[in-house]
Amino acid sequence: MNTLDIQALRLRLPGTARPVLDGVDLTVGARETVALVGESGSGKSLTSRSVLGLLPPGASARGTVRVVGDDVLAMSPGQLRVLRTGTAAMIFQDPRAAVNPMRRVGDFLTESLRLNARMRKEAAEERAVRMLEAVGLTAAALRAYPGQLSGGMLQRVVIAAALMGDPALILADEPTTALDVTTQAEVVALLGELRESFGTGLLFVTHDLGLAAAISDRVYVMYAGRIVETGPADELFARPRHPYTAALLDSTPRLDAPRGRLAAIEGRPPSLREELAGCPFAARCLYATDVCTRQAPALLPLADGPARLASCHHGDLVKENHR
Amino acid sequence: MTAATLLRRPGLARIRTSRAPLSLLCLGFVALVVALAVLAPWIAPYDANTVDLGNALAGPSAEHLLGVDASGRDTLSRLVLGARTSLLGPLGVVVFSTLAGVAIGTAAAWRGGWLDSVLSRGAELVFAFPGMLLAILIVSVHGEGLLAPVIALAIAYLPYVSRLTRSLVLAERERPYVEAYRVQGHSGLQICLRHVVPGVAPVVLAQSTINFGYALIDLAGLSFLGLGVPALTPDWGRMVFDGKTAVQYGYPLSAIVPCAAIVLTVVAFNVVGERWADKVSRRDG
Repeated sequence: MNTLDIQALRLRLPGTARPVLDGVDLTVGARETVALVGESGSGKSLTSRSVLGLLPPGASARGTVRVVGDDVLAMSPGQLRVLRTGTAAMIFQDPRAAVNPMRRVGDFLTESLRLNARMRKEAAEERAVRMLEAVGLTAAALRAYPGQLSGGMLQRVVIAAALMGDPALILADEPTTALDVTTQAEVVALLGELRESFGTGLLFVTHDLGLAAAISDRVYVMYAGRIVETGPADELFARPRHPYTAALLDSTPRLDAPRGRLAAIEGRPPSLREELAGCPFAARCLYATDVCTRQAPALLPLADGPARLASCHHGDLVKENHR
Repeated sequence: MTAATLLRRPGLARIRTSRAPLSLLCLGFVALVVALAVLAPWIAPYDANTVDLGNALAGPSAEHLLGVDASGRDTLSRLVLGARTSLLGPLGVVVFSTLAGVAIGTAAAWRGGWLDSVLSRGAELVFAFPGMLLAILIVSVHGEGLLAPVIALAIAYLPYVSRLTRSLVLAERERPYVEAYRVQGHSGLQICLRHVVPGVAPVVLAQSTINFGYALIDLAGLSFLGLGVPALTPDWGRMVFDGKTAVQYGYPLSAIVPCAAIVLTVVAFNVVGERWADKVSRRDG
């Protein structure tokens, strides 16, 4: 059984002409790290939030989101709280904002277990110390206020908090974006280690392709609320089959590339106020033909290997042209 | 949280101060008045209601440091014992209006929707009705006693607190840490009581401190009008009322002393509240 199994998730928000998420299929296996890549507004954060049942007000969701077999979208508020306390946890982008500045780190770590899992204070604190040590901090951090810790240390605290309920799945929503580069590397290495020692599945939401390649087993590329390509990380980045993935890779700065202007993708992502007839990327795509604006391509398996899927009418052309 | 603006009356809003000596002085004065009120029975040299008509309207002397009023009662003793009633009333107003105001403001901001509309419009309705008038109305129905004007003023002051709380909670609930707690499995009520309300409390309490001064003036005004406090109870507003005939005969001291006490106490509470609010907003900003 997959730790996370999202099927045909379709999410509509009031005041939009098309669904914000349009038939998203995504799985995370046990002990697997999966990256969800896309630009701002592509729906990647919304996808990860829907896993915890955190939908924006007025949203209507269809499809299924199963966490260890239970459908989140059908859960009662009480069941959702159980899910959030134990089964699934989330790591936020900015640790400075995600921790109540008025409370000590110890309170922050143990509160959920004490209140929602009815654990005794001593037991919860003991677990907090173990988790702090697992993320490379000491028990001294328990007594500290968030303001006394650096950004990197605080993100470790947030990761420790995510581990407190012994979750099967951790959702990391751009957990390194607010950190500086060296701290980023530390946090990413830490997440890798923890996956080994705690055996959790990890859904890593990011817009950083390099990071996605470094940390994940498999990658999903998202564009305008749809999964446009997926596959094992190394294969997908070596041989992209969707023009969007290819363009993203071309616009990544590289040290070994010839000097010159960085490639950019022309145009803008489609607005939520417009209906989409064909492929959402057609307007910006180098390979676009008539069929692209008329008919939306389906996400189909590729011959390249197992677990490789892409939704492009001209996938073969991309394969030939991309170095 | 910089958006939080305390509600002040126009007249006293000018006494804003960032100068430390004045605010320290005011804090000291507040402490002094509170200490006097608490220790009044042991400090007051005479019984507040011992009448000595032969000595009426005598000036300050070694026996009566602040003189004697028209009925021959020692002004200092009445002042010290009056501090109890004069502070207890506003305290009741502030406690009740703060508790109810925080509850209403938090509920309105957290739930939003129709509940917010009902509570906010209700608060505006009370706002539109003058507090003193409401108090006079309730006192005239309920009769003499401190309780009626305190309840009336508490209702009149409630919108000050509930509006402020609502705006603060609206800002607080959008902060990412609230969602982080939600993600850890906390219910809305838990987050509200354990994190949001303590988070906004300092600003609300600063507002309540300022309200304390206003309530003191209002209650003193009511006693001056002869409403509320029973005739023999020592009370600053009542003392001004009792002393006003003496002023006409050229013995103003027994009226001026309680006047000064009221004004100084109100100003002191105001300055302390303002200073507190400034400190809190600087820390968060």
